[in-house]
Amino acid sequence: MMKGLIAIFLASILTENFILNKFLGICPFLGVSKKLDTATGMSIAVTVVMVISTAVTWPIYNYILKPWNLEYLQTIVFILIIAALVQFIEIVLKKYIPSLYNALGIYLPLITTNCAVLGVAVLVIQKGQADPSFGFLQSVVNAFGSGVGFLVAMVLFAGIRERIEHNDIPKSLQGLPITLVAASLTAVSFLGFQGLVDGLLG
Amino acid sequence: MNEILTPILIVAGIGLLAGLILAIASIVMAVPKDEKAEALRGLLPGANCGACGFSGCDGYAKAMSSGEAKPGLCTVGGEAVAKTTSEYLGLDSADVTKKIALVHCLGSYDNTSDKVEYQGIETCAGAAIVAGGIASCQYGCMGIGDCMRACQYDAISICNGVARIDPARCKGCSMCVKACPKHLISFVTANQQAVVRCSNCDKGALTNKVCKIGCIGCMKCEKTCQYDAVHVVNSLASVDPSKCIGCGECVDVCPRHCITMFNPEI
Repeated sequence: MMKGLIAIFLASILTENFILNKFLGICPFLGVSKKLDTATGMSIAVTVVMVISTAVTWPIYNYILKPWNLEYLQTIVFILIIAALVQFIEIVLKKYIPSLYNALGIYLPLITTNCAVLGVAVLVIQKGQADPSFGFLQSVVNAFGSGVGFLVAMVLFAGIRERIEHNDIPKSLQGLPITLVAASLTAVSFLGFQGLVDGLLG
Repeated sequence: MNEILTPILIVAGIGLLAGLILAIASIVMAVPKDEKAEALRGLLPGANCGACGFSGCDGYAKAMSSGEAKPGLCTVGGEAVAKTTSEYLGLDSADVTKKIALVHCLGSYDNTSDKVEYQGIETCAGAAIVAGGIASCQYGCMGIGDCMRACQYDAISICNGVARIDPARCKGCSMCVKACPKHLISFVTANQQAVVRCSNCDKGALTNKVCKIGCIGCMKCEKTCQYDAVHVVNSLASVDPSKCIGCGECVDVCPRHCITMFNPEI
């Protein structure tokens, strides 16, 4: 059981990384990775929202939508829930942890429209359909791992971009082109983890 | 019929429930907003420079709304902001004297030279650590431009190895004052007055070796001044701005030409 959870956690960080492997959540990956501290703040916010939204959407799918044969409603219902949840988290943070609220700033409402958050909620449902042993706990661990994977990719890429800033780049490649090249190379390098988790724990 | 009705009801129900929870949460966990502080924050320029002594514009607005701080501390906004904020608070317009940063060094390459060839980190702070700085005068401007990079208003330029501040562009935010490792930059009030453009407090002979125009403490300016405004302390002349009337006699008499007339209008 424990081994299985660790395998899910590691796999969602390394081999099934949302940004570098599934290419979801690319907009913050390119948009907010200019500085290390904003990248970290955004990633932590994404992780929190991912875990809570999966913990809420999973029971709603399995105990409301599934018994009524309304699986096709999953996208619209999930978006509705995630949007409300982010708003709720914002209100709670503003009241009880204003310092964190100020630190996250604009990123928190931005997450509402982040495809990685919706992606994690939908993908854990798919995994649960393929493998009945993939239950609630596994889904939440997967969501947390995906958030950490998001953080790893963001921090790595922020570091790379800070280094690119100080380099002599040909004029035609300056700005977004070199960023995209670097992003694709980072994604390719993550392919090297393929099979690692199965080899370690399988 | 049920095929349409059930999903509609479920989605509407979830939406209604989420809306209700949010509405209740926003009432239960409402944060009391300080409207006065927000309005004052809107009047401030938003440079977040900290020259007022508070943590950015938000901090200053909060302090003003609670009465801890007076309007007119904002150097960036100057008179205009002092007027609007004190109007909002219903106070008499506070006196604000505009302050402008000035580099107290004229050690360009014509007057001084570099004593070493520095190849380290390209900042003044870095160069200042190495053997007391790279300029021949250990008090003088090294011309690497920490102040220029600190300035948000493009007011500072490095020409011929010494920093210059454009008085027309200076907002008095004090970022350069903090950035200079040699503490050469300080504020002067924006009226016509004589200013000593040297910070070297070595004895005259030593100063003479390292800089062609450094103050040697010859006392000529102190003797010439009829208003008791100029004094030589530690072999370095200084002008008391509250006594200086800007007659320019000390400027004419200075054999080293390190006293200049400061005129923000030009």
